[in-house]
Amino acid sequence: MIETRDLWLRFGPVAAVRGLSFRAEPGGWTALIGPNGAGKTSALRALAGLAGYEGEVLLGGRDVRRLGRRAVARLVAFVPQKPETPAALTVAEYVLLGRTPHISYLGGEGRSDREAAARALRRLELERFAGRPLGSLSGGELQRAVLARALAQEAPVLLLDEPTTALDLGRQQLVLELVDGLRRDGLTVVTTMHDLTLAGQYAERLILLDEGSVVAEGTAAEVLSAPNVAAHYGANVRVVEDEAGVFVFPVRTR
Amino acid sequence: MEATPRVEARGVGLRAGLATTAFLVAALAVGLAVGPVHIGVGSILRSALSYVPVLHVHQPLGAVDHAVLWQLRAPRVALAALVGGMLAVAGASYQGIFRNPLCDPYLLGVAGGAGLGATLAIVYAEAATTGGSWTVPLAAFAGAIAAVIVTYALGRSVGVSHMTGALVLAGVTMATFTAAVQTFVQQQHTQQLQSVYSWLLGGFSTATWHDVAICAPYVAASSLVLVLHRRVLDVLSLGDDEAASLGVDVNRTRLVIVVAATLGTAAAVSVSGLIAFVGIIVPHTIRLLVSTSYRAVIPLSLLAGAGFLVLTDVVARTVLSPEELPIGVVTAFLGAPFFAIVLRSSRTLR
Repeated sequence: MIETRDLWLRFGPVAAVRGLSFRAEPGGWTALIGPNGAGKTSALRALAGLAGYEGEVLLGGRDVRRLGRRAVARLVAFVPQKPETPAALTVAEYVLLGRTPHISYLGGEGRSDREAAARALRRLELERFAGRPLGSLSGGELQRAVLARALAQEAPVLLLDEPTTALDLGRQQLVLELVDGLRRDGLTVVTTMHDLTLAGQYAERLILLDEGSVVAEGTAAEVLSAPNVAAHYGANVRVVEDEAGVFVFPVRTR
Repeated sequence: MEATPRVEARGVGLRAGLATTAFLVAALAVGLAVGPVHIGVGSILRSALSYVPVLHVHQPLGAVDHAVLWQLRAPRVALAALVGGMLAVAGASYQGIFRNPLCDPYLLGVAGGAGLGATLAIVYAEAATTGGSWTVPLAAFAGAIAAVIVTYALGRSVGVSHMTGALVLAGVTMATFTAAVQTFVQQQHTQQLQSVYSWLLGGFSTATWHDVAICAPYVAASSLVLVLHRRVLDVLSLGDDEAASLGVDVNRTRLVIVVAATLGTAAAVSVSGLIAFVGIIVPHTIRLLVSTSYRAVIPLSLLAGAGFLVLTDVVARTVLSPEELPIGVVTAFLGAPFFAIVLRSSRTLR
């Protein structure tokens, strides 16, 4: 559904992304992993049409540059790492703003928009929060509201930048399970992720970036090796693999 | 059976809409009725209705009262309403596009530019600030527009991705520069100090229907554009990235809103001088009392701003009657404590 071909992203003389090519299909979850500054967020922003790039980004086989801004927004929903969540907006109002690409520039929401927002609220079990201001929600509830806003966009591609930042362990699993549910509904999910164990458990494909280049790509078992993590994160880790998945533990060196 | 969540965006709301409209109507009535010559609200109504051809209402007022009402007071009230509504709605819009609650309609240099333009006209063209001369308002309007264009060009020059912050800084730069030049010119021509000063403080003492006619089209067009953008302003409150990912052309939208707010503000300032505080106090009062959504803030600011400035003008012209207080002094003097009370009494997040 979403595909990049030789994607380059430059900030002046510095290339943040160097020749990224990948293809993500409906019902699939691709995780971009890599150390800080590897270019994960830059790549995701390019996919969302928020950053200028060289190369190609294709949506359903069509060049994004030939599509209008609104057309792209109907195909790709993007959630930044730290979304702005105006404290006084209610959850319902916030989720309704996700309908913007379906509403004419100066128009207002129609019935179909309210229904889509209601579906998104139900899908993320936020019905009873609909009238609550965003400022009164806990971190986990807020992240669900953010997902609901992206879901209300009804775009087939969902891009999430670090969806579990600042959440506790339980909330991380909850949010990732919800995202996985959306993936099973048929969305194409692309996320950046810091936690390698979680990345390996939820994404069926990992792309390891370092200094903008793809240095490893494949399943968790293929990518998350101790030498790979040591070489690209500068981290000393023990990798344990069993039937439940691949686990990456940091180990202190003395 | 699943419960269907109530999904609605709070707009103006019936109660808030009626209350604000009632406030404006009451303010207009007070503005027309109060003055050295008291004219009853009933007489004002009948006098107005006597102009409607088919009703055959008898004109209740004598020639003097009639002239006081329709030639002195009515244009003054109308102009104060136009200017107040414009400043409030422009302030609300600027706060929205810059996502900064302290922005006012003078942010991008409108005030400094208008002040400099007016000063130059008064000093070098020896233009009068009273008696329906068009030189000063025109110069103020031109100065305001020129200042904002320079500010915008300066803000844009740092690159589109940092424009929001850069525009605010460029506005401060522009305001400082125009104030410096204006003060310099003023110091060189101390004999006109009084005229310059009284223009800068702002007021409606010389308001005519002509002022109203000049100002009204700008205010109408500008506020129409801003009111139509009320939902888009809510989208922009999510930040540039998210608004863009929702399909909004953020920079073009910002430009459209800046142009609309600036044209309206410049037109308002050119006929009223510099009236501070309205653009901040009115939108924030709406936010505290009704909602922070721009769907409520924009239309209600327009109505409440109009009523607020009409009432302020009544105070300005009656407290020391027959002398007049500068209206800017009254807006700040009344507005600041009122705002403090509203702020203190608000318990909710809003």
